[in-house]
This record gives sequence, structure tokens and C-alpha cells, in this order.
Amino acid sequence: MSEGRVKISVRDLHKSFGRKVVLDGLNLDMNARESLVVIGGSGSGKSVLIKCILGILTPDSGSIKIDGEETVGISRAARERVLKKFGMLFQGSALFDSMPVWENVAFGLIAGRGMDRKEAKKIALEKLAAVGLPPEVGELSPAELSGGMQKRVALARAIAVQPEVIFFDEPTTGLDPIMADIIDGLIVTCVKRLGATALSITHDMVSTRKIADRVAMIYEGKIIWDGPVAKIDNSGNAYVDQFIHGKEDGPIKMAVRS
Amino acid sequence: MNFVAAVGRVFLAFLEATGRLALFTGAAVAYCFIPPFYFRLVGRQMIDIGYYSLPVVGMTAAFTGMVLALQSYTGFHRFEAEGAVATVVVLSMTRELGPVMAGLMVAGRIGAAMAAEIGTMRVTEQIDALTTLSANPLKYLVAPRLIAGLTMLPLLVVVADIVGVFGGFVVSVSKLGFNPAAYLKSTFDYLERMDVISGLVKAAVFGFIIALMGCYAGYNSKGGAQGVGAATTTAVVTASVLILCFNYIITELFFSR
Repeated sequence: MSEGRVKISVRDLHKSFGRKVVLDGLNLDMNARESLVVIGGSGSGKSVLIKCILGILTPDSGSIKIDGEETVGISRAARERVLKKFGMLFQGSALFDSMPVWENVAFGLIAGRGMDRKEAKKIALEKLAAVGLPPEVGELSPAELSGGMQKRVALARAIAVQPEVIFFDEPTTGLDPIMADIIDGLIVTCVKRLGATALSITHDMVSTRKIADRVAMIYEGKIIWDGPVAKIDNSGNAYVDQFIHGKEDGPIKMAVRS
Repeated sequence: MNFVAAVGRVFLAFLEATGRLALFTGAAVAYCFIPPFYFRLVGRQMIDIGYYSLPVVGMTAAFTGMVLALQSYTGFHRFEAEGAVATVVVLSMTRELGPVMAGLMVAGRIGAAMAAEIGTMRVTEQIDALTTLSANPLKYLVAPRLIAGLTMLPLLVVVADIVGVFGGFVVSVSKLGFNPAAYLKSTFDYLERMDVISGLVKAAVFGFIIALMGCYAGYNSKGGAQGVGAATTTAVVTASVLILCFNYIITELFFSR
């Protein structure tokens, strides 16, 4: 897998919910081993974009190619094969509360890949250690963990299957600044260690500056700016300037209703 | 004109909902036969549906059998046909009340729990997480529940039948002065194999309906806590109505000649 090769290519993607147009001809390329962060306001379509790429939502039209393979409209079996390349950290962690922490981390190995439970548990404890959690945590229920620890477990679960691509959906939302910085650091470390491609969606600019190689901004269902993170402060784009500085005045008008 | 349009919209919405349910059912049933099979989950659901429903189903069946004996005795006493009480109790329990009462009780207990659990998983993105971890949610969540519902309800109904008949026996012997041996003889003399089989077929269908509606309502729940609450209500109400509806259809198939 060479660096710079296009890993995921999204072309002219459209998705609406009733009359509400969420993605309106969106185009985006993700290069292999790159950490891309998509920024944008609440309800701008960031999560919908990720769910369309994963096949959780079906786009109305457009193309999504993963390693050159068209994935819009593919069979369920082909989708399951493609999904083996992915890991994902959900905004609310989405840990399974019916099983202990170690089983959450090992879930993709046991249920998705048919690995023996004993071997999967060993790997799960290693992954927990990689995100700074001791083995005792493995026996706890997710409900017994703090928000920050749940994010760590979710990160451990996302990396346990050694994915080629990892998606991070608002990884630092709801965390205090120190814990958010710790999670950002873990994301950078884990992605680098795996040699994975990362797509994060966030509106946290501190987080963006720490984890991004490249930043794309989504507005009204389209990517309106795309460039290296170092250039974000001099983007020359009024929308990006307003967003990164969090100003009320500017071209972006926040919708009151979704 | 507006009235006609409104009726048309309701009818189209009904067809759409029926189509969605049919597609969901077809896919979920297909996954019951496609590996990998999650035996551990099937076992856990069997314990939840079968073992933990035993007290409520047993109590319901016992009191139903007791009331049935009392009511049929007071009714038949007017025609001096008290000897038919044992037969009425056993036929009513095996053909109708055993499966229907067990079905309604399990719909309230298990259908609601399934809708709430799967609904919560939906609104907290746990179902999306299953998908990203290469575990098909229909195969992982729905298929084990359908298998467990289909197999456990008949076993619960066997228990309900026995307990219900025993309840009728206790009341008849201790309160109504029946001879125990004569009561048991009447019970078994008029009981045919088809009476029991029809009840068990009903139970299997009811078990499938309860699991299906619980899973479907939960799987399609939207929003937050309110959406999960609505899913729970939908699961119990639709399962209960369908149980009564299919009870008539199956009775018609077995006994109308």
C-alpha cells in the first residue's frame, strides 16, 4: 500500500431525507495513510457522509470507490467483505452494554472473523493496554466506565481488527479538554502504528489541528475547501475563516431547524 | 376529493409498511439458515424466553384452568351436564387458552423487552457498530430471537396446558366435589392428539410473531427515549393483535370442516 494512492474516492454524492438535502453532489478523495479531517457545522452532513461510505445509509446517487472498487449498490456479501477493511469510533462510543469491555474490544475478531474467544481476549487486552487501560478494566461493564474511558475502549475496539481505514465520528465530543487531548494523542499514535488511513469528522478545531494531515470543510452538502492543515489559517475562504474562528458574523447562516 | 386523497395516502402507507415488514421477515428468516450460526446467542434467548417466562405463564395457566372449571361447572349445572367440565377444561386449555394466554403473556414480557433492547441499540448506534464490525445485525440480533421464539413457545404451552388442566382438576376435586379418578378419565377420554398439536402449532406461530414484532419495532425505532418507548408499545400491541388474528386463522385451518 503506497502513500499518496487514492484509498477512497467519492464523486457527485447525493443524499436527501424527504425534502431535506444533506449531501448535494459531494466530491472527496482520501489518500492512503493520510489523516483527513472533515469539518463542518452541526447538521452539515458529516456523519451522513461517513455512513454512506460504510453502507449504513444508501446514497440517492453518486459513486463511492474504495481501493478502486465501486461500492454503491454492491451485494450484501460484497459489502461485508469491504467492511473488513474498516474500523470506526462512534460519537457516543456505541459500546455493547450486554457484554464486558474485553468482549466489546474482541467483538470484531470473534463475531466478524470467527476467532477463538481465548485468543481474541488476549488480543483485546493488548489493545486495551495500547490505549492506556489496565487488564482489570476488561472485566467491567461499559456502564461502569467514565466517558473518557469509554472512548478509549471504543478506540481499542476500532483498532483491534487491524483495519486499513479508521473513521472517527466526533471523537472528542463531550470530553474535558485534557481527556480530549489524550484521546487525540491516542488516535495519532494508533493510526501511525497501524499505518492506516484515517477519516475524522469533528467541529473541534483543537482536535483538528492535532490529528489532521489534510482538512476538508463541508457546507450545504458540498466540500467547499480542501487543503493541508498548515494552510487552514490562510485558506482565503470566508466560510472556513468564520468556522475556525467560531464567529457569528459571516457567510455561514446556522439553520435553527434540521 | 381531499378525503379520497387522505384515504389513498393511508392505504399506500399501509402497503408500504406491509412491504417493509415482509422484506424484513424474509431477510431475517433467510439468515436463520445462513452460517455463521450464533449458538450462544440462541441459547441465551431460549433461556430468556423459555425459562424466565415459566412463572408468569404457569401462574396465568393455573388461574385460567381454575376459573374455567368454576365457570363451566356453574353453566353446565343448569343443564345437569357437570360431567362435561373436565372435557371442556382440557379442550379449552390445549386448543385455545394455553397458547393464547401464553402468547399474550410472553408478548407483554418478551416482545416489549426485545423492542426496548434493540431500539436502544438502534438509537445509541450499537446496530451501526455491529455493521462496521462485520456482524450482520439481522443475523446477530434478529435470527437468534426468531429461532428461540419459534421453539420456546410450544414448550411453554406444554407447561401451560399441564398446569391449566391441573388447576381445573384441583378446583373440581376440592371445591366442586368431583371424583379424582373420574375427572382424570374424562380429561383423557375425550382429548385427541390433534387438540394438542393444533395448540402447539399456534404456539410456534405466536412465538415467531412475538419475536418478529419485537425485533422489527426495535430495529426501526427512531429518535431517543420516546422512540424506544413507542417501539415497545408498537411491538406489544401489534403482536397481541396478530396473535388473536392468527389464532382464528389457525383454528379455521384445523377445525373447520
